[in-house]
Amino acid sequence: MKLSRRSLIGLAVVGGLLSSTVLASAETIKIGTIATLEGAFAVLGKEGMRGVDMALKKWGNKAGGKDLVIIRSSSDTSPDSAIRAVKKLVEQDGVDIVVGPLSGSEGLAIKEYAKTKPGVTFINGLSAAQDTTLRDPAPNFFRFTGDGAQWMAGLGEYVYKVKGYRNIVTIGEDYSFPYTMALGFLNDFCNLGGKVANRFWVPIGNKDYSTIVASIPDDIDAIWVGLGGADAVNFLSQYEQAGGDKPLIGGTITVDQSVLGSKGRRKSYVVGTPSAGPIADSWDNPVWQAWKADYKAQFPDGFPTPSLFAHGYFISMSAALTALDKVKGDLSDGHAKYRAALTNLVLDTPTGKVSLDENRQGITDIFLTEVTEAKDGTLYNKVIKIIPQVNQVMNGDRAKFLALGRVGRNVPACK
Amino acid sequence: MKRTDLISPAVIITALLLAAFPLLANAFWLVQIGAQTFIYGIIALGLILLAGYGGMVSLAQMSVAGLAGYSMAIFGLNSAGLGLGWPLPVVIITAIILATIFGTLIGVLSVRTEGIYTIMITLAVATGFFYFTRQNYAIFNGFTGFAGIKAPVIGGYDLRNPVWFYYLCLIFAAFSYLAITHLVRSTFGVALQGVRDNARRMEALGFHVKAHRITAYAIASVLAAIGGILTVWMNDRIDPSSIGVGPAIDILIIAVIGGLGHPVGAFIGALIFTLVDNFAIDLIDRERFNTVIGAVFLFIVLFSPDGVIGWWRRLFKPGSSSARASSQ
Repeated sequence: MKLSRRSLIGLAVVGGLLSSTVLASAETIKIGTIATLEGAFAVLGKEGMRGVDMALKKWGNKAGGKDLVIIRSSSDTSPDSAIRAVKKLVEQDGVDIVVGPLSGSEGLAIKEYAKTKPGVTFINGLSAAQDTTLRDPAPNFFRFTGDGAQWMAGLGEYVYKVKGYRNIVTIGEDYSFPYTMALGFLNDFCNLGGKVANRFWVPIGNKDYSTIVASIPDDIDAIWVGLGGADAVNFLSQYEQAGGDKPLIGGTITVDQSVLGSKGRRKSYVVGTPSAGPIADSWDNPVWQAWKADYKAQFPDGFPTPSLFAHGYFISMSAALTALDKVKGDLSDGHAKYRAALTNLVLDTPTGKVSLDENRQGITDIFLTEVTEAKDGTLYNKVIKIIPQVNQVMNGDRAKFLALGRVGRNVPACK
Repeated sequence: MKRTDLISPAVIITALLLAAFPLLANAFWLVQIGAQTFIYGIIALGLILLAGYGGMVSLAQMSVAGLAGYSMAIFGLNSAGLGLGWPLPVVIITAIILATIFGTLIGVLSVRTEGIYTIMITLAVATGFFYFTRQNYAIFNGFTGFAGIKAPVIGGYDLRNPVWFYYLCLIFAAFSYLAITHLVRSTFGVALQGVRDNARRMEALGFHVKAHRITAYAIASVLAAIGGILTVWMNDRIDPSSIGVGPAIDILIIAVIGGLGHPVGAFIGALIFTLVDNFAIDLIDRERFNTVIGAVFLFIVLFSPDGVIGWWRRLFKPGSSSARASSQ
């Protein structure tokens, strides 16, 4: 009796295994998406999925004449979690295309995984580490968004020439994405002759900046802040309380709504802070404004304006679907036609044209912005300049750019 | 448990099913579910020895496993080009020895404490080690950690192949399971349970209580080291997020939902944990799946404080559940 009951359970397990292997039918295309739906970036991951949903709505859940099956998966910004998520999508759910991930280190891990799965096409979500595509790229990994260095295009030149800063310090979280942004910013700034007095790297989620605030020298012109979210707010308030008055230069995710919502003395302090990135919410271009209105209509409970996470995932998903349309859903021959279509794609996005370089890395427009006070007293990021078609080596010499070395705490050397 | 249980029909059927599993399953089921279950099980098995049989709840098992994994990257090869590139057998032995020393030292430190204070001190070690690896670039390569620690080819079997990797993990899991089931019935194991139940009396009887406890930590560390090495081979990589507070507590969850009363609890807990962790997102809205994970674990602990194996005993072996009451 005991035995038969146990074997029944065994049979049930085996049956469950077999039935869970879903067979993809010829008339549908399976796309797996990965975003950080848990952990510290959960809100941003949700925003990324909004971008996916906007693209799906635009295409009516069909591309290349076939129905789309979307399987969503979650990571928590750690490479391990991204690998677990992508393995499930590819090996269990049997997706044809993966769109994701969101965070830098995850992207590096998924690029390595992509090399072991030549039959699947990987399209980056918004992860912005440099070496995902710059060095040792995977032939089946495509990125239509910029990396952290590209996002900083034009900022170094602007603060050197227009703002007249010569000597600065930098502060950022101690991992690959802020390193990448610092490289992009300092590359221009140092080439023109700017100097870095010190570079501070803090753990993510650092609360106490007093030692750093105390060691910022007096003879500098400005501080480049690559911190994001709560880290940026904590640093700014502690710096301000300590009486600091050096102007700021913002990273891509530094000057967001939490900083723009500043009141009182800090408000006049942050006015004039320049930054750069792939979007600028106040841009008056009609295509961008229409897209912004679509976002608000589709997600009344979303952010006041779409963030770069929704924007990035929208572009990535749009690229995946546009190429599917071009090849009429033909994924035969190991996705050969599909990948050719992706490689040659010139995508019209809400923020201008995007095309790919030989490493399948996006060449995109970058927005240089500055915090400005509107007539009604609120702060916003005013578009100063659009730097058109920035490539991964910041439109400079490729060999020279590669010679700067892999991103890190002290790259570029800036001498 | 009688010695004959090891060759009972149920054990044989389970062994055959596990051995035949690669015939049915795809790569995902073999590695992400199968191998992962065995690895979690091996690490949690150490905790069951410590907590279930020794009365010492350690949250540092994952740190010990992590040190073994890091040792594989540091002394072997990795894609950051920072490895020392020693021969594989030397690397494996070094990894196990280092991790065992680390785990034993944690034991030396924490056997001075009891109950909640043991949990606190091992949690402190785990958290400290996590932040150390995240901020130390000279040895541990900081936030990024190491990638490209590939499973080797041994005797013509490429362990990167899901089937062979599954069997590798199965062999180590079976070996660890048999070793621990044997160990807890040995003189040492019985003495350890005596120490758990009444340390002062064992001391009076002439047993060296601390030595027994530290030995248990050392054995648990060997298991953690094996699990750690298999983990880096499975993931190809290791970074601080693999050994943070979350994973440390996952091991405790696995041991508790499986049941601390018998070594098999480690593997049952690991299987449930792995399945829920992978498939909860398919069951419910993608923004709420962590709630399902929590609810399943809460449900198990609420209705069976001695884990799933306690349930099993009450269902199939009425009357025997009180014989091996929960150890806490």
